[in-house]
Amino acid sequence: MEHFLEQVKKPDNIPIVGLIFLIIFYTVWAFKQAFANDKSEVTREMANSEKVQTWPNLVKVEFVAAIVVMLLLTVWSIAIDAPLEEPANPSKTPNPSKAPWYFLGLQELLVYFDPWIAGVVLPSIIIIGLMAIPYIDFNEKGNGYYTYKERKLAIWTFCFGFLVLWITLIISGTFLRGPGWNWFAPWNEWDTHKVVALTNVDLSELFRIRDYTTASIFGGIVTLGYFGIGTVLPLKWFGKKQPELLKTMGMVRYFTISSLYLMMFGVVIKIILRVTLNIKYIWVTPWFNI
Amino acid sequence: MFNFSKVTKSQVWESVFRHPYEDTNRNRMLQILDNVFLHLHPTKIPRYATDVGFTWGMGGITFLLFLVLTVTGVLLMFYYRPTAEFAYDDMNYLQHDVPFGLFMRNMHRWAAHLMVITVWLHMFRVFMTGSYKPPREFNWGIGVILLTLTLLLSFTGYLLPWDQLAIWAVTVGTNMARATPILGHEGPLGPELGMRADNDVRFALLGGTVVGPAALMRFYVLHVIFLPIAISVFIAVHFWRVRKDGGISGPRPSDKKK
Ligand code: HEM
Repeated sequence: MEHFLEQVKKPDNIPIVGLIFLIIFYTVWAFKQAFANDKSEVTREMANSEKVQTWPNLVKVEFVAAIVVMLLLTVWSIAIDAPLEEPANPSKTPNPSKAPWYFLGLQELLVYFDPWIAGVVLPSIIIIGLMAIPYIDFNEKGNGYYTYKERKLAIWTFCFGFLVLWITLIISGTFLRGPGWNWFAPWNEWDTHKVVALTNVDLSELFRIRDYTTASIFGGIVTLGYFGIGTVLPLKWFGKKQPELLKTMGMVRYFTISSLYLMMFGVVIKIILRVTLNIKYIWVTPWFNI
Repeated sequence: MFNFSKVTKSQVWESVFRHPYEDTNRNRMLQILDNVFLHLHPTKIPRYATDVGFTWGMGGITFLLFLVLTVTGVLLMFYYRPTAEFAYDDMNYLQHDVPFGLFMRNMHRWAAHLMVITVWLHMFRVFMTGSYKPPREFNWGIGVILLTLTLLLSFTGYLLPWDQLAIWAVTVGTNMARATPILGHEGPLGPELGMRADNDVRFALLGGTVVGPAALMRFYVLHVIFLPIAISVFIAVHFWRVRKDGGISGPRPSDKKK
């Protein structure tokens, strides 16, 4: 417990404690407004869409908001000092070494993926995927007001990626990872000598494949098969059940959407495989491992 | 009794404030139009756009924090030298000997952390109101660039105190660059293409094979010149596009349920 509290009370981690409450607060607020809008005849935004003078109606809100934020910052800056540890010393590695908190979700992913995926490919995909959202979400409804009913899938996807994956991984990486990047429950002591038996196996070994080349081919089939089947099956289903929808969507959109979904769920699948079956790699090759 | 209208009718006053202040709609409009900063806004907006429940004011708060960071950052620059020799001592001097130095440093750090949070919340709000939908697709993309720049600003600033926290956090972060496919010496196809620890993309980023004095200088220059200018340009485009895309998003008359 003591080490957990130490983490919570670290000045640099206070923002994350705040973030947890802020995220809950704003999520509840957003969904409350969405449900209220879904229930009523006219959305709140629609009912309030008459024009008003910016001065004073908007400017006064900005003024009050600015004062509140400045007050908060002033009190925070008086009450809590920014950390300054010992001078930089390249020969003294702290254990654990942690990146700044906003990158700990990615550092957490290092447990499940090699650095080229966790540190380079996934961040790039996140940035590109975020930028792609307006072009792949072709649902015309729910533009400019809170609603859940009119865009359920989009909201589920975003909340899953942002709240469940990004925020949860950050919290885990910040508060629950101790020496050796081992996982410690809040009530556990941080034991520097904790050794977790490395019983991780590759997926091929689970299937008793010993030969490297065969394992490599096997992994390739599984990985590419996941993406291939994951792309083709829903396409077939759409073609049969929702041909109109598929037509509006178009092929480029379909492939972008399906690859992004497959990658997002791929991350989740790999995490689950590691946690339950201690799978290290699904696909080994001489050049990269996944 | 002092007659205040003597002042407000004076040449000096009238040269500063270009219109009278009686509470008329015309003057309220001029109040916005005649002011270069307030002129960011239209003179009239829909009522929901003034509703804290709708925007949460998050974009504006993010911008305010950026301004706070600019001011406190300039003050810190007066006392800080980005060399391995001086950086840490300057931090100590700043904290213990400069009047309000510690306060300035605290405010710079906490505003930076807070800005990361408010950018995320702003993005979350824009998503939840579906405000990225046409015609605002492009401005959402600009927003994603702003998000990336905000994180890079935070990250480059993290190294500057040159303490244990700083170099190890940045070491962990930049170690990932080793593994960049093709461009990193530990990344897929990197070694095959002749990448070594002393010529790959991480080397270019750090100016060396470890987080050393050269890295401190590079991060400093990125942190105080390049990234702030870049983010300012993108913020300008962002605000411009908010206006050009028709102001704050909102329901259209056709959204009325039958
Ligand atoms: C430095 C970071 C940023 C600043 C200073 C900023 C500032 C603002 C401001 C002041 C507004 C006006 C409405 C409001 O306050 O909500 C706005 C709107 C908008 N922002 Fe940002 N923003 C930033 C980052 C982002 C990010 C990360 C995204 C999305 C990925 C984004 C997407 C948008 C969009 C689409 C609008 C139009 C919303 C509407 O019309 O309802 N911005 N931004």
